[in-house]
Amino acid sequence: MPTPNWQRSIKRREDWEQAAARLQDGELALLGLWGEPGFAHMALMEQTTDACVVLSVECPANRYPSVGRVHAPAIRPERALRDLVGLEPEGLPDTRPWLRHDGDYRFLPAEGESLHQIPVGPVHAGIIEPGHFRFTANGETVVRLEERLGYAHKGVNALMAGASLERAAALAGRLSGDSTVACSLAFAQAVEAALELEIPPRAAWLRALLAELERLANHLGDIGAVCNDAAFAILHAQFGLLRERVLRAADACFGHRLMMDRVVPGGVSCDLPPDGERRLRALVAQVRKDFPDLIEVYENTASLKDRTVGTGILTPALARQYAAGGFVGRASGRDFDARRTPGYAPYEALHFEVPVVHAGDVNARVWIRIREVEQSLALIEQILARLPPGSLACPDGPRSGRDAGEGAALVEGFRGDIFAWVRITPDGRVERCHLRDPSWFQWPLLEAAIEGNIVADFPLCNKSFNCSYSGHDL
Amino acid sequence: MRRLLFKSFVQGTLTEPAPAPDERALAELAARVSQASHRRLGRALSIREVDAGSCNGCELEIHALGNVLYDLERFGLRFVASPRHADVLLVTGPVSVNMREALERTYRATPDPKWVVACGDCARDGGLYAASPACVGGVSKVLPVDLHIPGCPPTPVVLLRGLLALLESVAADARGGGT
Repeated sequence: MPTPNWQRSIKRREDWEQAAARLQDGELALLGLWGEPGFAHMALMEQTTDACVVLSVECPANRYPSVGRVHAPAIRPERALRDLVGLEPEGLPDTRPWLRHDGDYRFLPAEGESLHQIPVGPVHAGIIEPGHFRFTANGETVVRLEERLGYAHKGVNALMAGASLERAAALAGRLSGDSTVACSLAFAQAVEAALELEIPPRAAWLRALLAELERLANHLGDIGAVCNDAAFAILHAQFGLLRERVLRAADACFGHRLMMDRVVPGGVSCDLPPDGERRLRALVAQVRKDFPDLIEVYENTASLKDRTVGTGILTPALARQYAAGGFVGRASGRDFDARRTPGYAPYEALHFEVPVVHAGDVNARVWIRIREVEQSLALIEQILARLPPGSLACPDGPRSGRDAGEGAALVEGFRGDIFAWVRITPDGRVERCHLRDPSWFQWPLLEAAIEGNIVADFPLCNKSFNCSYSGHDL
Repeated sequence: MRRLLFKSFVQGTLTEPAPAPDERALAELAARVSQASHRRLGRALSIREVDAGSCNGCELEIHALGNVLYDLERFGLRFVASPRHADVLLVTGPVSVNMREALERTYRATPDPKWVVACGDCARDGGLYAASPACVGGVSKVLPVDLHIPGCPPTPVVLLRGLLALLESVAADARGGGT
């Protein structure tokens, strides 16, 4: 299996700057940028070979050469690194704080005749997470959207430092509650890479089962929610029902509706109960039966399609520049899925397709989800048919491996690839950990996608992206 | 579309949860919530949800209250878009430092009489984030809390039970001549 080695290497300043230039040229994709006192780190992937590496640069006097200076996707991560660790990126074009909120915040100007501003949030009208959107509009048309995030900042990286593996795993599982399985999986895989742990095959297959159930539940909820934001309530109700059926099946099989804390370093903490296979097969059959009718209604309702087709277009060039993961990237032509590349067990033994379209509008992001629902249903069936017997975790948990080390992982959550990096001390604690939610490289693209659309289409665009606030805000 | 509508028509109402314990809890809640809320507030209790830094797990389950199986509105409980329309603030999260002011302002914008429900283990005392300097550590550090609903996240049935408990305490207040 092409598991990347992720070996971290400390580079000279010039090499770091050269990597930034290669990012600018589009030869590399940025998977994450974070740091610790004395060092800035970034995870990179070669666009042609898919090789993954982690680079570090020493920060004498807490300074390092900014990557965001030449590669815009690094700007927000560098602003966050400045807030959280105090490392100063030299030449960073935007020096406003990001996750730390103190003092006045100046929004970027938009100049011209007849412009007005609309401030929205952090407390929104719906039941959603906190964030601020500053629209500048000309009549109905959005001229500029600027996001201000960080309201859900909980200090996760700082809490991770020094935490036991159990506590760190719990924190990872709550980075973004809707992706609890995927975040836990990313963290667990990073720990296993650090400690050179090999988990039992049954654990890997059960993890994939949980992950596909999570993807299924979220995609079903999202498709309904996009319809709801186009004021088409009946599909929202129908998809909400299907989502609830998935959550109840998850609860019945694994004891938690969102499947929190089921993926742990070294394996899984739950098994499929005796009637679990029957229960999940019934779920798959039910979704298979109901889903096509609902998609037909979505596809054949002109008033609904009128809202989603051509709305909120994200260009393939931007999706590629930002290495946007998940349905955001795949709806704009970026053919990437971490289950396939770099890939992890047991997906190399499973058959699935990665849908890609190029239109980049709300409709395209809905359709990627529709196709992925079908793929996840097929994957769940394959896993149930071939679930290997055996134990659920390494015999001595995470302590089965070596004492200390450093590791990284890239895992496909429902909204895209989640990157995790961890360093473990000889006494079995987390020294440092960084989890990069896919939203880091999707939120900025929402600002681009909404430009020129009407304000009333923002909820629709926003829902079609469905970025995480908590996952991003750390 | 016609087929979907026809199917919805002939299959009857779905708003009865399948598993037996949930069904009992919901049926019991349906009767008790409507009596208690009627006594104090006529037919309705309006809720404004505020995410004060949750992981969004609580929001997912609060959303689920609105699906056809739980159908929150049949109890006379509904979510409103503005604190100015609300009787209850349902607050999630450990209250991040960055959300503190917004939460306080939302509370001030809510007319009296009002009640605050802290939803989830983080909202109770900060939970996993209690030690974080980036979090205030529980809703009660910022606002007077009338009820805590436990869980990580609380399931929809637990949420309903919690809202019922609030209604009962509200009704008891009314009998005692309080607010």
